[in-house]
Amino acid sequence: MLAKRIIPCLDVHRGRVVKGVKFLNLKDAGDPVELASFYNKEFADELVFLDITASHEARNIMIDVVRRTSEQVFIPFTVGGGIRTLEDIKLMLEGGADKVSLNSAAVKNPELVRESSRKFGSQCIVVAVDAKKIAGSERWEVYINGGRIPTGLDVIEWVKKVKELGAGEILLTSMDTDGTKDGYDIPLTKAVTEAVNLPVIASGGAGNLQHLVDVIKEADADAVLAASIFHYGEYSIIQAKEFLKNNGISVRS
Amino acid sequence: MIAIINYGMGNLRSVQKAIEKVGGETIITSDPEVIRKADKVVLPGVGAFFDAIENLKSNNLVEVIKETIDSGKPFLGICLGLHLLFTESEEDGLHKGLDILKGRVVRFSDEVKVPHMGWNQIEIKNDNLILENIPDNSYFYFVHSYYPVPEDKDVIATTTDYGMEFASSVSRDNIFATQFHPEKSSDLGLKILKNFVSKL
Repeated sequence: MLAKRIIPCLDVHRGRVVKGVKFLNLKDAGDPVELASFYNKEFADELVFLDITASHEARNIMIDVVRRTSEQVFIPFTVGGGIRTLEDIKLMLEGGADKVSLNSAAVKNPELVRESSRKFGSQCIVVAVDAKKIAGSERWEVYINGGRIPTGLDVIEWVKKVKELGAGEILLTSMDTDGTKDGYDIPLTKAVTEAVNLPVIASGGAGNLQHLVDVIKEADADAVLAASIFHYGEYSIIQAKEFLKNNGISVRS
Repeated sequence: MIAIINYGMGNLRSVQKAIEKVGGETIITSDPEVIRKADKVVLPGVGAFFDAIENLKSNNLVEVIKETIDSGKPFLGICLGLHLLFTESEEDGLHKGLDILKGRVVRFSDEVKVPHMGWNQIEIKNDNLILENIPDNSYFYFVHSYYPVPEDKDVIATTTDYGMEFASSVSRDNIFATQFHPEKSSDLGLKILKNFVSKL
């Protein structure tokens, strides 16, 4: 059986992990490579690095992080944040990233999704979608620039379009549940998994392990992304997998 | 020395680093002479089948791959490197492969999510040295939309279930090829590479 994936997300600023990982007995909990290595030992299925520096000179710092990670950690990882051009994508993939995630750039220039998936293969092009519910409806709107700018795009129409353009996976973040710790956005996630025949990573709102189970069982998410519940040591990945397994979900252990 | 064939299909760095991690000496090369001199050869790759076969031809790599396989040197294909060994592939129209193994590479049906992405289990059908100390039902990392259907079922080393059972690795004599990515499959993936480096 294909296992459901648990993916810790690391926010990286100028080559350092922020929203620090406080519980771990690491020499340097701000070092993305050391954390990646720790999570690999914990049976994390993949990793996401989100570069929140968003300045041009930061790119080279991120490429260095990518290089060092790929030399030491032998599980797949995705890099997102500030990737705008084919050249950006090429540099990350050559550095050793397995996938890149495109967010604002995909909205501003949908051809980037088509061109990059043709050039590098759909398997490495993740489209990240930040979604917010339109009040009083059962519809969601796509936001860009870190959730600051509404685009007028309907989330369901958008994910169908990026699939046609060649995206290989959707990283779906609910702006309504993100940071609440009240659980993932199940109606949103369900609407997306029903609309497209692509793997979908649910993100935003994990506060406990039951939330992981709920979004997998009720919304058919293929993977769950989480940050704080793992970084602050509330739960280990191993515990999370045990919990999923006890709830009849197949996981790699 | 282990030659990792570079034919412009995807990044080979992860494969190289993983083999080095388990003690293999590697060289990434597209030079047929370097490949001829190597003790073992790896054919990795991600991307489209047709581009890949065209790149192998234009870099004069087809002959040396066939020679390597005939010579009995250990040969490891990964993902697209497995697909290329087969007679033909349905990816973007029907295209001829290297025809070293008889069979066709076909697409998953739309009843499952495509690509098949993530960690899935292997069931061992034909044990061999490269699978030594790999427990049955172990998880490996997959990412692909097409899979091989060998004519000769005896070449199937492992199968994996994704809506149906498919050949997730094949082996024959000195050839071993995986649909999954050992270089991305954590400790068990490294063990497979270590077997390739030290047992063959």
